[in-house]
Amino acid sequence: MDPKITTRNVDFFYGSVQALRGVTLDVREHSITALIGPSGCGKSTFLRSLNRMNDTIHGARLEGDVHIDGTDIYRDGVDVVELRKRVGMVFQQPNPFPKTIYENVVFGPRVLGETDRTRLDHIAETSLKAAGLWDEVKDELRKSGLALSGGQQQRLCIARALAVEPEVILMDEPCSALDPLSTLRIEELMQVLKKDYTIVIVTHNMQQAARASDWTGFFLMGELIEYGVTAEIFSRPTDKRTEDYITGRFG
Amino acid sequence: MRVSPRTTEKLAFGAIWTSGAIAVLVLLFLIGYVVVRGAPEISPEFLFTPPRGGLGGEGGISSCIVSTLWIVVVTMLLLTPLGLGAAIYMAEYAPENRLIGFIRYSVELLAGVPSIVFGLFGYAVFVTVMSLHFSILSGALTLVCLLLPFLTRTAEEALRAVPRAQREAALALGATKWQVVTRVVVPAAMPGIITGVILCIGRTVSESAPLFVTMGGSSGMPDGIMSPGRTLAVHVFYLAMETNALEKALATGAVLVVLILVTNLLTNWISTRLQARMMGAR
Repeated sequence: MDPKITTRNVDFFYGSVQALRGVTLDVREHSITALIGPSGCGKSTFLRSLNRMNDTIHGARLEGDVHIDGTDIYRDGVDVVELRKRVGMVFQQPNPFPKTIYENVVFGPRVLGETDRTRLDHIAETSLKAAGLWDEVKDELRKSGLALSGGQQQRLCIARALAVEPEVILMDEPCSALDPLSTLRIEELMQVLKKDYTIVIVTHNMQQAARASDWTGFFLMGELIEYGVTAEIFSRPTDKRTEDYITGRFG
Repeated sequence: MRVSPRTTEKLAFGAIWTSGAIAVLVLLFLIGYVVVRGAPEISPEFLFTPPRGGLGGEGGISSCIVSTLWIVVVTMLLLTPLGLGAAIYMAEYAPENRLIGFIRYSVELLAGVPSIVFGLFGYAVFVTVMSLHFSILSGALTLVCLLLPFLTRTAEEALRAVPRAQREAALALGATKWQVVTRVVVPAAMPGIITGVILCIGRTVSESAPLFVTMGGSSGMPDGIMSPGRTLAVHVFYLAMETNALEKALATGAVLVVLILVTNLLTNWISTRLQARMMGAR
């Protein structure tokens, strides 16, 4: 099976500072790929280059190839809005809009032009169910999304991302602001979601990568040091630096 | 001599408390004085008849109330879209370069120009060159020039204060830049924008000099935006300087204060309801 996402020799620059060096990596469809590494190693930059979120940063520049389903997403004429519809994102801090729970979930479909009330209601319900939040909020969809707890807010953000039916979901340390119980719920949710979606997750938490992912990539100073099946990486790392990191000798 | 942190704490608290108390007392005294001295003059007749002129300041203030409402409505209708548009451009679209930096600096400078200078500009341009004569429209256009820098600045600050995470969330859902601005940033900045609008309404109601030279001093009942008019603030000026009816001036001032209070409460009430509908109950 062809990989969902392939990157070849990706270099990334913030102005004159190089944040990624020759990153080459394949992401398999319907799998969870974890990106680990110490702060500032480039893993978030890499993740954000997959939906061109770095475009919004002044002076940012990418070299190399990033393909999704075989299409170069940095080619001239690529519709970034269309790309981001296919590649959804969940952020580090839960960032619901200051709107009702309902309006948060249907925001995506609305900006894409859906106006039919029945269909929007249906999307809201299925997305909230898929994010495992429906039972907790079904009677208070008119309440502000900001009134929810941190863990619920993050699942609301996941529901909001699911509502546009993406193919890939990028998660940028989605649990770093959450308590252990909420973290567990999100991890369980990821296992369900990977049946329908391809998930790439950046995490600071090595236990999380070990328990929740199928593939793991270890970044250090902008380079992808090692990439492979999670169980292999954590039991038999081939690179000394990977071993030092996962055994907690630095980072 | 060394002062213990605890003593410093007490002294600082005392000083801050006193400043706060003085600020509140001055306000209460001012409003109290105006209302107490002016209130006996306020009667239905005072409110519902136009000024008749004369040294005793005979008549009421009905036409001045109407002029004030006219100027507020016309000014805000012109000012709000312009200010918001400029703020959106400055906060969201303008490139960060020298030219924009210079424009921003000029705008700030403009906000510090005395209002009578704007009045003279309005007289020269709107009243004379554009032949709008002494009219509510001339006055409103002058106030738009006067208040535009302030509203733009306030709205821009409010827009900039919307967290980057909110914009990114919307972009990541496939929203275009314009959709991000209109559906996420502007609604989230609404409280700050409304505050700016309320302050502008307050300025509009209270300005006298620039309106005096652009609306004229006619005390007749205005019947449209091309009519001349005399706002309450201008009328207070008239009564205080040209007549010996100080009580009537104070009564007009009291009505002015109440009018400002009511507009602020009303604007606040509308924006709170608007927000509740947009954002959902907490």
